Amino acid sequence: MGKKINFLGKTNKNSLMGLINFGIIIVFFAVVTILKGAGGLTNALEGQLIPICAYIIMALSLNLVVGISGELSLGHAGFMSVGAFTGVIVAGAMKYNGVNANLPRLIVAIVLGAILAAIAGILIGIPVLRLRGDYLAIVTLAFGEIIKNVLNCLYVGVDGAGLHFSVTDEAHMDMAAGGTTLVRGPMGAVGITKASSFAAGIVLILLVLFVIQNLVNSRTGRAIMAIRDNRIAAEASGINVTKYKMIAFVTSAAIAGSAGALYALNYSTIVPKKFDFNTSILVLVFVVLGGIGNMTGSIIAAAVLTILPELFRQFQDYRMLVYAIVLILVMIATNSEKIRALWKRFTGLFSSKKGGSVNE
Amino acid sequence: MSNNPNETKYIEVPGPGKIPERDRGKRPVLEASHLGIDFGGLTAVDEFNIAIGATEIGGLIGPNGAGKTTVFNLLTKVYQPTRGVIMLDGKDTHGMNTTQANQAGIARTFQNIRLFDKLTVEENVKIGLHNSIGYHLPSAVLRLPRYWKEEKKAHDRALELLDIFDMADLADVRSSSLPYGAQRRLEIVRALATNPKVLLLDEPAAGMNPSETEELMNNIRKIRDTFNIAVLLIEHDMNLVMGICENIIVLNFGKIIAKGTPSEIQSNPKVIEAYLGNTAEGEEADG
Repeated sequence: MGKKINFLGKTNKNSLMGLINFGIIIVFFAVVTILKGAGGLTNALEGQLIPICAYIIMALSLNLVVGISGELSLGHAGFMSVGAFTGVIVAGAMKYNGVNANLPRLIVAIVLGAILAAIAGILIGIPVLRLRGDYLAIVTLAFGEIIKNVLNCLYVGVDGAGLHFSVTDEAHMDMAAGGTTLVRGPMGAVGITKASSFAAGIVLILLVLFVIQNLVNSRTGRAIMAIRDNRIAAEASGINVTKYKMIAFVTSAAIAGSAGALYALNYSTIVPKKFDFNTSILVLVFVVLGGIGNMTGSIIAAAVLTILPELFRQFQDYRMLVYAIVLILVMIATNSEKIRALWKRFTGLFSSKKGGSVNE
Repeated sequence: MSNNPNETKYIEVPGPGKIPERDRGKRPVLEASHLGIDFGGLTAVDEFNIAIGATEIGGLIGPNGAGKTTVFNLLTKVYQPTRGVIMLDGKDTHGMNTTQANQAGIARTFQNIRLFDKLTVEENVKIGLHNSIGYHLPSAVLRLPRYWKEEKKAHDRALELLDIFDMADLADVRSSSLPYGAQRRLEIVRALATNPKVLLLDEPAAGMNPSETEELMNNIRKIRDTFNIAVLLIEHDMNLVMGICENIIVLNFGKIIAKGTPSEIQSNPKVIEAYLGNTAEGEEADG
């Protein structure tokens, strides 16, 4: 074998991968900034920058559940919408109370969005994490739809006395004369003052990467992966299965909530329908395409698949068809043994140039 | 402390059974009395009584389907017993789940190997060390000094434990790519890492050749002597059972039919009739 064992040898390798992820995001930011300055970005593409950030965060979040914890969640857009609407309400209320600066509104919106999504994660996690496999997937799907439908009949307004809620109609909020309606049931959040920025999105991605990578490379992360690999053996090794599944699920929900807040504060209106089953599946596609458990893959897949429909605008009516074909081709390519072997040789060359410590 | 089973002298303990004389004064680390479990109308195990001394190596044998693994699942609380009491190091395990039973001092390996396939050998051992690694999630996420200190400690301890089976140089290998024998050894190391008082081994020699089995016997004794723990093992390899077990329990149709030293078991007509009589055909086939 002849392998040198140095302290945290494995973690060194992992933290190298972690640094690569940070590098990708920073390079992405630099390239976009340069292109922007040179006028090389179309308006449509520029409008996609914040959604790309939000979807990258969503993909990282879902990868924590699907890849690291090994459970299939089909309702992740639900947590995103909890964060989105919390963010919109918080930012709207702050604006009403005279906080006009964007950054503080965005930060508070993201933090509270994450906290409320985490609470939703705890409430949903308690019943859902008792289930396994397909059953868990179906129940998360149901919860995603429930969240969407609850938001569909939620009315929120703000006046001098504070926030007013109703689940019937605007009149039932009992707002004072000068109040503003923030959320108008199925019409969603209206009159949002945009607070998100691309730079803030990038910072949030870096923060999320930092949290996820440090979580995974810790005793907590190991316990979560051990449960994924063999639940019975994990129990017999003294791992509290419910606790660690819950940590993964709730952390993931909180991250999805922060992505939701970032996403929603990029638009002037946002409807609950935006966060339906299709969005959950879209994020799942990012995760599966990027490679389950592979954070770098999630980042790239989320970015590319969000840009792709924009680039295909020239195909007009056929663009979703082209998108689907590209998706199928990529899936086939990444699952082909030959292409994988080729890729391994390529990365092997790459890493041996860098010092060749990753021989397995 | 003798390794020769023939020299072990036994003392009677209050309750079920007897323990080696050297464990006198220490209470049996594992006691089960009137233990039983029914699956629907079927009684899988009934009237199971044992006492395992603090440093005893015990054996549990019996024909296929006798209920040996079921007993292990009862002792580790994978199954909740229908009847009876299990005392682990003086604590009643009633109401405990598998995780709590492990934390109370019982660790095991599995007949069909259960490793964490996608984790490395070292990480598998670190899962065993999980409850002795002293930092919480915030220190890990913020990479506080405590995280580095405790991870370094866990790393050193993991390699130390792997060294028992000369596996330290495999630390960075994915556990699923280990050869079969090494996977079995890794399971033992992982179980030891949880710092148990009693170690249950479910067919540790399965699939091993005679020289590997010989080495395993020495290692089991070494583990007992180094860690000062009790070992209870299920095994079909009679050389191993007769070679290292000080006390043997024979199970048939869920009930104990004989208890005693290897020589007593070998000459027990009930055992010969129920078990040893059909080893020639039965045992080789299922490996």
